[in-house]
Amino acid sequence: MTGPNLNFIDELAAGDSTFKNKIISIIKTELPIEISAYRSSIETLDYDTAAAHVHKLKHKISILAMTDSYETVVTYEENLRNGNKKGEDRFDKILAAISKFIDDL
Amino acid sequence: MDINCIIIDDEAAARAIISHFCDQVDSLTVVEEFPNAIEAMKFLNKNEIDLIFLDIHMPDFTGFDFIESLKNPPNIVLTTSDKNFAIEAFEYDCIVDYLVKPVTLPRFQKAIQRTESVAKRGSDTHDGSEASGELQKKELYVNIDRRLIKIDFEKIFLIEAKGDYILIKTDDQNYTVHSTLKKIEDKLPDSLFLKIHRSFIINIKRIVDIEDNSVLIAKDVIPISRSNRPELMKRLNLL
Repeated sequence: MTGPNLNFIDELAAGDSTFKNKIISIIKTELPIEISAYRSSIETLDYDTAAAHVHKLKHKISILAMTDSYETVVTYEENLRNGNKKGEDRFDKILAAISKFIDDL
Repeated sequence: MDINCIIIDDEAAARAIISHFCDQVDSLTVVEEFPNAIEAMKFLNKNEIDLIFLDIHMPDFTGFDFIESLKNPPNIVLTTSDKNFAIEAFEYDCIVDYLVKPVTLPRFQKAIQRTESVAKRGSDTHDGSEASGELQKKELYVNIDRRLIKIDFEKIFLIEAKGDYILIKTDDQNYTVHSTLKKIEDKLPDSLFLKIHRSFIINIKRIVDIEDNSVLIAKDVIPISRSNRPELMKRLNLL
């Protein structure tokens, strides 16, 4: 699994440090909230809502350039929509990686 | 060409990226950003906008719900992490492009070029005549089982409402489409089609016979509602 990095954000920013800092700040704020909401949905077995949260997290995972994890997340989202949690462990590892990365920024 | 736009997305990071791209296009001005469609609707009730960047997946009110609620939607560029909605997007005339997240600058610029091209075509042909636009369209596309099926207007003789679906009857075959009669009525040329009953739209050129309060279309006998009868008689150019 490729670890999270700022390559895509750097590409988006194209030298604009104000924008770069803004995006990082937004992710630092939104990510814990979205992860918490996702976990609550899983705990209450509300897989439809969990899938919606995964859908949103998918974008942040791609912004943090974890391209080889993207298909894993897509599959997991689909599984949740079909009512099962297959792929949850792998998804949790992805969340752990991006959470740590963002915390360290 | 100056294009005033708004951004609607419940994800702040997504709004920030689109706004950042807009800053790099001289013709674009972001007037406002909204985290949900309801707030955007309140704004649009009082303000005119040329372009909307619209997320599909939003809680409570999806992007498509939002489009359906607009009487005269401006041009719309959809943004989503899901490629699978491209077919549904194609059904809406106001949608000029469909951006899959994460959006890149080159792809965004291509979407703006398309928007400018559409806007220019709209202003070049704008003479207050919607009829000329209708004459140019000779068919519509319907989404059935994730396939887009082309149906020529002239082949349609009857459309019937069936709950959450409509049944489109043509010379070749019948099509059951997940839609409302109102939605398809907006896409049909007035010169050919008329709603004669709350559950039926007919191709007036395919009327075989009219008797009392019903018309014969092909082999179907269709009731004419009292409220729709005057318009039907007017359109038939009776002696």
